[in-house]
Amino acid sequence: MSFWEVTLFLWDGFLISLLIFAVTLLCGAPLGLPIAFCSMSKCKPLKAVSKVFVWIIRGVPLMLQIFIIYYVPGLLFQTPVFSHMDRFFFQNYSISDAGRIVAVLIAFTINYACYFSEIYRGGIESISRGQYEAGYVLGLTKSQIFRKIILKQVIQRIVPPMSNEIITLIKDTALANCIIVCEIIKQAKELAATKAMVWPLFYTGVFYLLFVGILTIVLGQVEKKLKYFRS
Amino acid sequence: MALLTVNDIKKNFGKTEVLKGISFSLEKGEVLAIIGSSGSGKTTLLRCLNFLELPDVGTITVGDKVLFDGSDDTTLSDEAIRQNRLHFGLVFQNFNLFPQYNVLQNVTLAPTLLKKGTPQEIDATARGLLEQVGLSDKLESYPYQLSGGQQQRVAIARALALRPEVLCFDEPTSALDPELTGEVLRVIRSLKDRDTTMIVVTHEMEFARNVADTVIYMADGVIEEMGTPEEVFGNPRSEKTKAFLQGTQNIY
Ligand SMILES: Nc1ncnc2c1ncn2[C@@H]1O[C@H](COP(=O)(O)OP(=O)(O)O)[C@@H](O)[C@H]1O
Ligand SMILES: [Mg+2]
Repeated sequence: MSFWEVTLFLWDGFLISLLIFAVTLLCGAPLGLPIAFCSMSKCKPLKAVSKVFVWIIRGVPLMLQIFIIYYVPGLLFQTPVFSHMDRFFFQNYSISDAGRIVAVLIAFTINYACYFSEIYRGGIESISRGQYEAGYVLGLTKSQIFRKIILKQVIQRIVPPMSNEIITLIKDTALANCIIVCEIIKQAKELAATKAMVWPLFYTGVFYLLFVGILTIVLGQVEKKLKYFRS
Repeated sequence: MALLTVNDIKKNFGKTEVLKGISFSLEKGEVLAIIGSSGSGKTTLLRCLNFLELPDVGTITVGDKVLFDGSDDTTLSDEAIRQNRLHFGLVFQNFNLFPQYNVLQNVTLAPTLLKKGTPQEIDATARGLLEQVGLSDKLESYPYQLSGGQQQRVAIARALALRPEVLCFDEPTSALDPELTGEVLRVIRSLKDRDTTMIVVTHEMEFARNVADTVIYMADGVIEEMGTPEEVFGNPRSEKTKAFLQGTQNIY
């Protein structure tokens, strides 16, 4: 296999990595918000449930969570749920391991939503009470205060920790290969096994590095844009 | 008839009695200065007037409208509390400007959200107020680019933009470097000339003496002494007041 063919073969895998990255970000980031609000809720039971949930998700390896999501429904219903998905829902698609990808997406989304929720919570709780009270004495509603006063300050504060998390996410996608999802490292291992080529495994690092480079520039730009005020 | 009547306000935090029955009234255009040592309940009183805290007992009446009645068991809705707040304005010790908005936007934000006029009217009013507090050249500045004195003047303009019937100040100069207190006190004094009804909690005795129509000395959650500046400063009746005023003089 030529260098070019190897690159294309790995790129196929990297597209799966990017898919996991994008879906986790697009679903996990919004899902983190209700979790954060539950963790800050005045309703004690809700708060407790939410905190325990976040503790479990953050306290257990993501790889284990992927296994649990993938295998447990099968054990419960006595039939491999995600493998059926391959056959029934995704037979028109070229992705042969669609069911497994869905399991990975669910596990990643829940896991990252919990990490994001803690970042949101930290950001929201770091805003001084004076900002809320200044809004209250001006006769604003709670929702106006949150949307027009608090939100942007929170966003400014959470961009750096979110950037860290987002950069970690693209590298975490490699965990998908624990249930044989054909992300980039799985592809490279395939080459090592079938073609006795080891160097593609190391070559995958270049894909990650380039993508992280782009992310760093984009996120740095966002951070800079929000630096116009200080709070 | 008095513009504001506060009758027998009491407020506890857990077991601590912070306000133990505060009563006073205020005429339109009157300036009330509240003095007293730290912990005597001055901030809590202003917070009750602005409905950031709800008193346990007592009534708050503006004009002929009873805004709060402690003996009424029905709890005020969020909306009722919000409406009540609109009668009052509050200028905080540490300004609490909105950092992501520039000076002009800080002043126009609330009137815009509360639809207090057309955007043109709101903008014109805000510019007028900012000129009044001497900040016409800072309209585009962000709070972090301003000195403490300038920030406090923005906060005053922001509060005035909603035309509150009673404007409250909680130690408006305490967070400022001494050389910046003058500019803020001058602005507050200028408001008196425009017939603004004000309650000013302050440690600036000269200011209280020269600007206030009425002075209240608070100690341990009660009004220890109330009267004209001449009475309170010139001829205090209570021993506590005498001791307090003696103490403030010794500092200088
Ligand atoms: N939210 C609160 N919870 C408990 N105690 C409070 C609270 N706010 C004020 N206090 C107490 O009430 C007393 C009066 O406080 P404050 O009104 O701030 O006095 P001042 O403004 O005159 O210094 C203080 O002893 C303070 O510790
Ligand atoms: Mg105080």
